[in-house]
Amino acid sequence: MKNLIFLFQSLVILCFLMFPLSSSFSAESTYPFGLLMVGPANDHGWSQAHFEAGQEMEKVLPGTKMIYIDKVNPADRPGITVPMLVDDLVSKGAKLIIGNSDDMKDGMREAAMTHPDIKFIHISGDDVVTGKAGANLSNLMGRMEYGKMMAGFTAAMSSKTGKIGYLGPLINAETRRLTAAAYLGARYAWTKIRKKDAADLKFKVSWIGFWFNIPGVTSDPTLVTNSFINSGYDVIISGIDTTEALVVAGQKRKEGKNVWAIPYDYIGACAASPEACLGVPYFNWVPGYTQMIGSAMAGKWKQEFLWLNPDWKSINNQETSSIGFKAGDALGEKAQKGLADFQASLADGTLNLFTGPLNFQDGTVFLKDKVTATDDQIWNLPQLLEGMAGASK
Amino acid sequence: MSIILQLRRIVMITVLALGAVSLLLILLGISPLTIGITLTKGSIFSWLKFNHVLTIWIPLLLCSCGLLFTFRAGLWNIGVEGQVICGAIGATLVLRLDNTGLPPAALLSFALFTSFLAGGLWGALAGLLKTRGGVNEIFGGLGLNFVAQGVVLWLILGPWKRAGMASMSGTDLFPRELWMWIPPGWRVAPAAIVLVVIVFLLTGMILNATRFGLKIKAAGFNPQAARLFGIRPDLVGFTAMSIGGGLAGLAGGVQVSCVYHRLIPSISSSYGYLALLVVMLAGYKVTPVPIICLLFACLAAGSIQLPITLQIDSSLSGVIQGALVLSGLLVYGLQQRKSRGH
Repeated sequence: MKNLIFLFQSLVILCFLMFPLSSSFSAESTYPFGLLMVGPANDHGWSQAHFEAGQEMEKVLPGTKMIYIDKVNPADRPGITVPMLVDDLVSKGAKLIIGNSDDMKDGMREAAMTHPDIKFIHISGDDVVTGKAGANLSNLMGRMEYGKMMAGFTAAMSSKTGKIGYLGPLINAETRRLTAAAYLGARYAWTKIRKKDAADLKFKVSWIGFWFNIPGVTSDPTLVTNSFINSGYDVIISGIDTTEALVVAGQKRKEGKNVWAIPYDYIGACAASPEACLGVPYFNWVPGYTQMIGSAMAGKWKQEFLWLNPDWKSINNQETSSIGFKAGDALGEKAQKGLADFQASLADGTLNLFTGPLNFQDGTVFLKDKVTATDDQIWNLPQLLEGMAGASK
Repeated sequence: MSIILQLRRIVMITVLALGAVSLLLILLGISPLTIGITLTKGSIFSWLKFNHVLTIWIPLLLCSCGLLFTFRAGLWNIGVEGQVICGAIGATLVLRLDNTGLPPAALLSFALFTSFLAGGLWGALAGLLKTRGGVNEIFGGLGLNFVAQGVVLWLILGPWKRAGMASMSGTDLFPRELWMWIPPGWRVAPAAIVLVVIVFLLTGMILNATRFGLKIKAAGFNPQAARLFGIRPDLVGFTAMSIGGGLAGLAGGVQVSCVYHRLIPSISSSYGYLALLVVMLAGYKVTPVPIICLLFACLAAGSIQLPITLQIDSSLSGVIQGALVLSGLLVYGLQQRKSRGH
């Protein structure tokens, strides 16, 4: 026993004499900013898109330095709250803090009240619109409705069975409007391009309960996707932050099933299973971050609610377009051609899918004939649309 | 046991744990010194950070106090997680009441009392399963944990869901006046600190200086012998489970009223399981519990620095906690073996 203790004591002393191998962060940059991500920084989805945009900021806006923390959710970091992490980032010199999740809404609002001198950007929230935000809190979001319309269009152009599954996260106004946009894109392709009956298009949403899988808490997205495919759905559109739908579709293709998936959020998401990927609607946070962080750096911060469009001249331009759609390897030629025309119609405004007549899922009127939806009606969509299966609230 | 022996044991546990963790870190190419400095700086080097530590320390100590009762009674209360959740549900039930006419302070007090009651009932249920149903408290507790988790998920997605939403992110925030008061510049409610200190002192007093404490000890140490002295081990065990559950429930109440201000699926923050490790490391003794809780809370709060400053996953703190407990158990085991003359 004595020898054992001696051995460990020697080891400990040796360890503590070692020169630290890892470098620690020092806030020497002129404008450190914090990024709180709800999921892992390498999720091939929502959080990775933010992480890479944050890294890009260090090049686009010289003098900025990102301090980040990922997996900011009560399941991954028990007992740690958003205000706690904000305290920490502020103590490290962060002058602006980005919270990238709808789930952080309450925490960001509380932290912004506690730190009035720090600027806050809450992604996907609308506290500025509802008047709940202090002057130091802004909101940023991209008009992903267009990306989802392209996803829906692509799905309906490719589907053989006419059954499209939507792997939904949780239910709120954001997810309702994005799911509805995907449905409208699918219905347009199905009825106007493929000239089929709308009644033959099955579009079903299954919600897992959160933005990503939390074992024991949410439904398992792998099981939900499997269930879709086993029920004859041959294209799965993902609305969650991670790539399970695509991974499962890839596995099923290897088993000989003719199925595809459309992941979400991140430009590189198709890499998880390229042979099953029809394409990915993605966020590019660089333009929005540049605008907001740039103005804060220049001392010209003003509270804003930014809901940024794609750059219709070039939707995949990484410097200018907040929303993009990257076609996947599995997308057929005919569908690609159709998609290009569809994008052109959306770009020049000749096509607005949020135009009546449109009914809500319960049959009540959403938009009368030829009436187009306002931004407010789209942002706060209260129900799914007629023709869609799945829970609305 | 003499102070020298106790000190020797503490030194041995520390050296073993640090040695094992250091070895692991060196193998991973990380300097243990850097990790040590990062964890320390991240937990106690500023008032705010120490507040964050206390935010974790309070519910952890409450759970640990509850477990002291059950461990003393010779019972493995694995159901402590479910009891925390039930306490949180009880407190939320009260804090969601409309038009009670009660002042916020009274409603908060009532919510905490309800959380104690709810956790206590859940603990009592595990106790009943043990004493009346013959179900081992480990299996009963585990089963009840799953039930409690199921109930909380159902409440969040069902009757208590946010308007127009169905999300596992939790219920609506309570009105601001129902948040426990936190002074400016603080991040932890002083009332919660006072509460946990009182609970700890009462636990120590009951276990070490009352007839009931002696009964618990007797029932836990040797139930057959205890019966000869007129003690009913089943009744004592049931009471210990109820008290233990109540204190764990109180931790749940603190979580909803002081930390999250709403009910979330992972409201227990796994403090129940962590408290099991605390009490094991304390050798089931009362005195070391708050110190070990503080150490574990420092590790948990400081661990957040690992990804921020070193880009190392914060689960490393779990490895350190595990190494500490295993070292503790190893040292106890070796000492007992030695004292038996093997």
